[in-house]
Amino acid sequence: MDKENIGILIVDDEFSVRDSLAKWFLSDGFRVGTAESADVAMTRLGEQPWDIVLLDIKMPGMDGIEFNRHIRSVDKDIIVIIITAYSSVDTAVQALKDGAFDYVSKPVDPDDLTHTIRNAVEKRRLAQENIQLKQRIEDLTMPDEIVGTSPQIKRVLEMIATVAQTDATVMIRGESGTGKELAARAIHGNSHRRYAPIISVNCGAFTETLLESELFGHEKGAFTGACTRRKGKLERADKGTIFFGEIGNISPKMQMDLLRVIETKQFTRLGGDTPVHVDFRIISATHRNLEEAVAAGEFREDLYFRLNVFTIDMPPLRERPEDIPLLANCFLQMYSRSMTRGVREIAPDAMQMLVSYDWRRNVRELRNVIERAIVLSSGEKIIGRDLSFPFRYRAKQQGDTMEEIEKAHIGRILERTEWNISQAASVLGIDRTTLYTKIKKYGLSKPS
Amino acid sequence: MNPSKLYVIPIQLSDNSLLDPLLAYLTHDFGVPAEILRRELDLAKAYNVERDQYYSSMILAQLIENPPESAFRILGVTGLDIYIPVLTYLFGEAQFKGIGALVSTFRLRNEFYGRPSDAQLFEERLFKEAVHELGHTFGLPHCHYPGCVMNSSTDIDDVAEKMVSFCRACAQIVRQDRPL
Ligand SMILES: [Zn+2]
Ligand SMILES: [Zn+2]
Repeated sequence: MDKENIGILIVDDEFSVRDSLAKWFLSDGFRVGTAESADVAMTRLGEQPWDIVLLDIKMPGMDGIEFNRHIRSVDKDIIVIIITAYSSVDTAVQALKDGAFDYVSKPVDPDDLTHTIRNAVEKRRLAQENIQLKQRIEDLTMPDEIVGTSPQIKRVLEMIATVAQTDATVMIRGESGTGKELAARAIHGNSHRRYAPIISVNCGAFTETLLESELFGHEKGAFTGACTRRKGKLERADKGTIFFGEIGNISPKMQMDLLRVIETKQFTRLGGDTPVHVDFRIISATHRNLEEAVAAGEFREDLYFRLNVFTIDMPPLRERPEDIPLLANCFLQMYSRSMTRGVREIAPDAMQMLVSYDWRRNVRELRNVIERAIVLSSGEKIIGRDLSFPFRYRAKQQGDTMEEIEKAHIGRILERTEWNISQAASVLGIDRTTLYTKIKKYGLSKPS
Repeated sequence: MNPSKLYVIPIQLSDNSLLDPLLAYLTHDFGVPAEILRRELDLAKAYNVERDQYYSSMILAQLIENPPESAFRILGVTGLDIYIPVLTYLFGEAQFKGIGALVSTFRLRNEFYGRPSDAQLFEERLFKEAVHELGHTFGLPHCHYPGCVMNSSTDIDDVAEKMVSFCRACAQIVRQDRPL
């Protein structure tokens, strides 16, 4: 059920409300109609089918409660959402008793409105699927980055297609840059949860306390700086998918908290005591060997099994060089949209370099190299000279030492900053003294 | 004269240093030179005392009034907190299939949410919201493609879920409308 096929009828006597809500929903891709009175609304309801009616319950010359009943007598599956001012919440509650789906009060928090509509769409979708019995088979949508003809990537694609049909937890393993998060997004985008968001949490990026408040949210005043109530990521992922990047990095306490959420499907916000119910699917990713972490007692075994119903291994790019031309061309198309530059193809010499490069940062690195080449390229073709590699160019199995790599990297950064030592040191994330020592050690010198 | 410029109008920005990177990014992304345009606006007209916020549509209307002939698109960038009557706040607003768009930096900074300040993240959010609102002027609705900049975002954390660029399908629509 695509959004274009979902019709929202806005019934409100205030022009500014009709107008702004109509624009809001149009830009969200819905079919939208408006009515300024109950009479007009009745006409609209007769003209074409509507899925959701947003109804201002207090309009002159109309009894909102009565009208709500009337709509539902026309089509009992229509979802009615009441719009109300704070003063008339009682009336809204009466409407809920009469079968309205939900109510929002003016002015609405845009995020709450998004959630309410999403829930309504989900309800409507379930109702329709029950009617149709047979589910439509939709084409898989895949991010451009996950393409290829190699057996390794084909297995990944098959796994994604399979697990997307289920609600099971998935563990995605792979080196940095192999597209673990993209795979997670592809699973989500092809699952029945796709109209709800996928929320990603990089577990490695937060301290324990910060991660706690990011995940569970907090009530106003829960800690210094918490000046508003804030929904956590778990709550935002409701009906959708939550993606945990670097799950191996979470603390023992967090492991226990997470296990509890998975088992009970509920939690409380920091500084609060009302349980919040959630329904999401978990996809996690790791570059670590979690089995070892479990064996070493660093990662709870029970949690590991909960998170790992399916496993997908993302292959390193250097193990599937046959996919590189396809990927490179794909990124070329994506980025040459930077429109003044008419870069159309990758010359054979450049392609050869790409295929034989040792991609230690995998697909992400390839994407960056292509993007930079498009910016640097002066003609219609990307040639070898346009390619600049984050590490000095080296074909596979050449065995550079860390020192050589460091030397080349420092050299390049110095070149880029025109030997501005402070700037280069800050780019490199080291202090100036260390940089001077390294310049001396590697015998780097400023070109005259 | 051909409409060949993407004009950026700063409105009550506390920090003008974000303009240069924004211009550079928009020029790169839309392939149309982005430049600053100065305009006198009647902000008092858009101000709502009770809400202590500015009515977004009223600012947008002023931005696109008598546009210069050379204007391909006009983007207002404001430090003010903006709203439309039915909603409590907005990150931005655009004329669907029009020339004008407006973004507010007010709720894009980490500090607003009691989180540690992060200049780079702020810049990334601003780029995304600017490109997103301009996307609407090309008639793009919200897009479901994972990571597309046209993904809807009503919460600051949604913004992190999308990239700074359009997905292929959205990009194609933008490309069709580019000046020669
Ligand atoms: Zn939008
Ligand atoms: Zn898109």
